[in-house]
Amino acid sequence: MADEKRLQEQILRISGVNPRKCMKCGKCSATCPSYDEMEYHPHEFVAMVEAGEIEPLLRSESVFKCLSCMACVERCPRGVEPGKLVEAFRLAVVRTKDSERLKPDDLPALADDELPQQAVVTAFRKYLK
Amino acid sequence: MKTVSYYPGCTLRNKAKNLDFYARACAEKLGFSLCEPETWQCCGGAFTASEDEIATKLSAVRALKAARDAGQPLVTVCSACHNVIKRTNEAMKNASFADKVNAYMAQDDDFKTEYHGETRVYHYLEYLRDVVGFDRVKEAVVHPLSDRKLAAYYGCLLLRPGKVMAFDDPENPVIIEDFLRALGAEPVVYAMRNECCGGHLCLEDAEATKKRSNAVSDSAKNHGASAIVTACPLCRYNLIKNGSELPVIYFTELLAEALGVKEARNG
Ligand code: SF4
Ligand code: SF4
Repeated sequence: MADEKRLQEQILRISGVNPRKCMKCGKCSATCPSYDEMEYHPHEFVAMVEAGEIEPLLRSESVFKCLSCMACVERCPRGVEPGKLVEAFRLAVVRTKDSERLKPDDLPALADDELPQQAVVTAFRKYLK
Repeated sequence: MKTVSYYPGCTLRNKAKNLDFYARACAEKLGFSLCEPETWQCCGGAFTASEDEIATKLSAVRALKAARDAGQPLVTVCSACHNVIKRTNEAMKNASFADKVNAYMAQDDDFKTEYHGETRVYHYLEYLRDVVGFDRVKEAVVHPLSDRKLAAYYGCLLLRPGKVMAFDDPENPVIIEDFLRALGAEPVVYAMRNECCGGHLCLEDAEATKKRSNAVSDSAKNHGASAIVTACPLCRYNLIKNGSELPVIYFTELLAEALGVKEARNG
């Protein structure tokens, strides 16, 4: 449990988010384009971080389904910025040794001739450390 | 002729050459010229919205500082570069963040003075609206795009986060529609114009990206558009790759067509 406390502090520090501002309206999840792909949704990230339930989020595929589209950040009536929280989890995961989501060697097989360089460099940002 | 600093970014040098070529040709026609700072490097494609990331923001700072030292605004075209550069510039206005970056950058030979977010960053469309003026663009049109119903596709990067990007009203933008009207076209307003195409998820979850992209292109088509207009190479790629029935065109290409400079490019 002490570990979860430390992880909670780490996530709050990386993200700069204050989950206690949330009024549980669910608008962030209602507007999230990746909603169907996620096991935990933006409002659940907020609520679970507040409750100190960090491990399940760190283990969830959901952190990699976020598009960083900032729709939840723009539309949250309380300025909670849930997308930043999801990003902090993704960083916490890929910063861990051997936890990269993609290896540079995986990329050639995924890219076709038309894929813009922008997608490749973004993937490096999002999935590798 | 007025010269501004110009940040093309990596994709405009490769897969999106048209976006770049027409941006330059049209600028000349409209009375300004785009000058690349020698020190620009790839912006990294995505801004990492975390307080403790520094190294991933350095490359954007170099271009921003070069523009400041040249006494020029910095103009970008690609939606992703624009997003990264504006957000990095905003971050540099925060003293504690800037102190860390400046300390790091002091190792560069040419990094003499500190940078604190002084450069004014414009997306090319903002530069047309705020400096050149859409009325002057309209006057320069020789081939009006009459009878063309076009769907402006903003996606997420141009608009959000709204407070930092300050590009337009993030929920009800008008800038690309106004631009299209200046070119003589009829803009089509549709529900999905400021929703995400799936972005980089195309490399991680192609099926999910397909759903996002189809929602956008179907929405544009159902509102009667004949083409989709974008500033983003990745939006264009995702929409086309996932079977958009409408062509997806860069805004600079349309501008070149209307200004009569498109003939200059062969192939
Ligand atoms: S939109 Fe904001 S206030 Fe509403 S549930 Fe999401 S984080 Fe909480
Ligand atoms: S930033 Fe991520 S969590 Fe927020 S709406 Fe977009 S995809 Fe969903």
